[in-house]
Amino acid sequence: MIAVGALLHAKQLSRSPFEIATALIVPVVQATLAVYLFRAGGEPGRLLEAAVGAGLMGIWSSVLFGSGGAIQNQRWQGTLEMIMLAPRPPALVVLPITLATALTGTYAMLATLAWGRLLYGIPLTFADPLAFAVAVPGCIIGLGMFGLLLASTFVLLRNANALTNTLEYPIWLVSGMLIPITALPGWTGPIGAVLPTTWGARAVREAATGSGPVWPSLGICLAISLACLALGALMMTHVERRARAAATLALA
Amino acid sequence: MSEHAIEAVGLRRTYRSRTGWLRPQRREVQAVRGVDLTVGNGELFGLLGPNGAGKTTTIKLLNTLLIPTAGEARICGFDVVRQTREVRRRIGYVFGGDRGLYDRLSARDNLRYFAELYGVPGREQKRRIAELFELVRLTGRENDRVEGYSRGMRQRLHIARGLLHRPRVLFLDEPSIGVDPVAARELRQTVADLAATGTTVLLTTHYMAEADELCGRIAVIANGALQALGTPAELRHHADGRQVLEVEAYGVSDAQLALIHTLPGVREASVVVTGAAQVLTVQSDAGVDVQADVLRALDGVRLGRVTARRPTLEDAYVAIVNRVDAQARPAEAVGV
Repeated sequence: MIAVGALLHAKQLSRSPFEIATALIVPVVQATLAVYLFRAGGEPGRLLEAAVGAGLMGIWSSVLFGSGGAIQNQRWQGTLEMIMLAPRPPALVVLPITLATALTGTYAMLATLAWGRLLYGIPLTFADPLAFAVAVPGCIIGLGMFGLLLASTFVLLRNANALTNTLEYPIWLVSGMLIPITALPGWTGPIGAVLPTTWGARAVREAATGSGPVWPSLGICLAISLACLALGALMMTHVERRARAAATLALA
Repeated sequence: MSEHAIEAVGLRRTYRSRTGWLRPQRREVQAVRGVDLTVGNGELFGLLGPNGAGKTTTIKLLNTLLIPTAGEARICGFDVVRQTREVRRRIGYVFGGDRGLYDRLSARDNLRYFAELYGVPGREQKRRIAELFELVRLTGRENDRVEGYSRGMRQRLHIARGLLHRPRVLFLDEPSIGVDPVAARELRQTVADLAATGTTVLLTTHYMAEADELCGRIAVIANGALQALGTPAELRHHADGRQVLEVEAYGVSDAQLALIHTLPGVREASVVVTGAAQVLTVQSDAGVDVQADVLRALDGVRLGRVTARRPTLEDAYVAIVNRVDAQARPAEAVGV
């Protein structure tokens, strides 16, 4: 059910003109931003890291807007009530949606790397290509599970998109996707440490640049994500009941 | 097996909303105010009422999408609040309009997804989906994207989706809204076929002819409460002692309509716009001939056909609903 649901939701998402336009434009903007940031910082040697970081930002945006946006889209389409009416645990109903958004986010990584190569001539020489090939999908699955936790709040809130907009930049900042965590104020450290995005980003960066062992970071990312999945499942059951009490499953 | 497919006792639902942060204003709307209802197994039951009467809220309370503020409801013997999953296994829900489907997916993909969600076993899915396309007459268009479907086709696909898991109770919330007459007739045929196979159907509609043709019993809901319940023939008695005058007109003003309301013997008067024309319907006491007075009140208005006839189910419905409005009006006037 999860696999069929994720594939069909990915199919639905990938046929949206808005999603396609966003997927075409955002990676170029993010890749450009990252490359110029690193060049200005006098670190042209770390351009691959910049491209990978921008790709991770794209995946995160896709999960965040996907989880929030997808729940909101389901509400607009009138399908949220239909899917919540299924005789399944609510988490199982929503997980395929968040996985689908992470899946479509893969495009952001591929597109950012491609733009980086084509526009800025960044050589795509990964320190550990195999680890990179595992770390990216691992990170995507992890973020998809984290998305479930986010989605539980979106089921409850009719204006979930407002919350989505406020979460995008802070999370990629404290996760060190582009700017090293060490460059941030100390108080952001504990926040970053509990986010799966931080460890996922670290694993992908380590695989790309060989700056450290990939598997512990990826393991921590997946462990935190699994905890998010469990918490999200509990939250979703609670939130579904509250949404039925508060009448927020429908648009009006 | 429970004796009744649907049972509701004292069902109530209040919507609470809050607007503003600095000076929040809370608002409460009592959408359903104590509905008692039983629908037998295999019955085709109609729920009629004007917009905002509480039809959709009642359906959503019965199909577990909303939690009642008070009262109890059971579907096939299972409580809608405590045994949600048991209820959901046994019900299908179809609503009218364009929403509720994945537009960018094909009809087949839509059904495949919902079949997974509703736990239709994998080996049975293909056969069941083909059967349903046949039932709703969409065979040959299965692989088209839903965004290219007409309103009628979407509506039939909705019904197919609602039937995937062979529900024992089907909730149809205004399924024929916005559908053209031919498609509406096909929909009615599909619903009648379903009821013939033993599925319990609770249908809400605005169309009297639809309710009259399909439903064994009808409940009229207005202002959140049931106002009348019975077979179509029993409901017609609510218009006993009345006669109806219908006038085709062009340009009846609100003032003229208000004047007609005050004429001796007039019980109800309403205007419906059909194309370029208006149809003025006046219900009056059977013993009073109001035709001359009504035509005098319409002085200066271009008139078409004038017909006097016996009351129909629709007239009975109007009488019931207007009685409720009349009771509610004095309270509104003093701002309660």
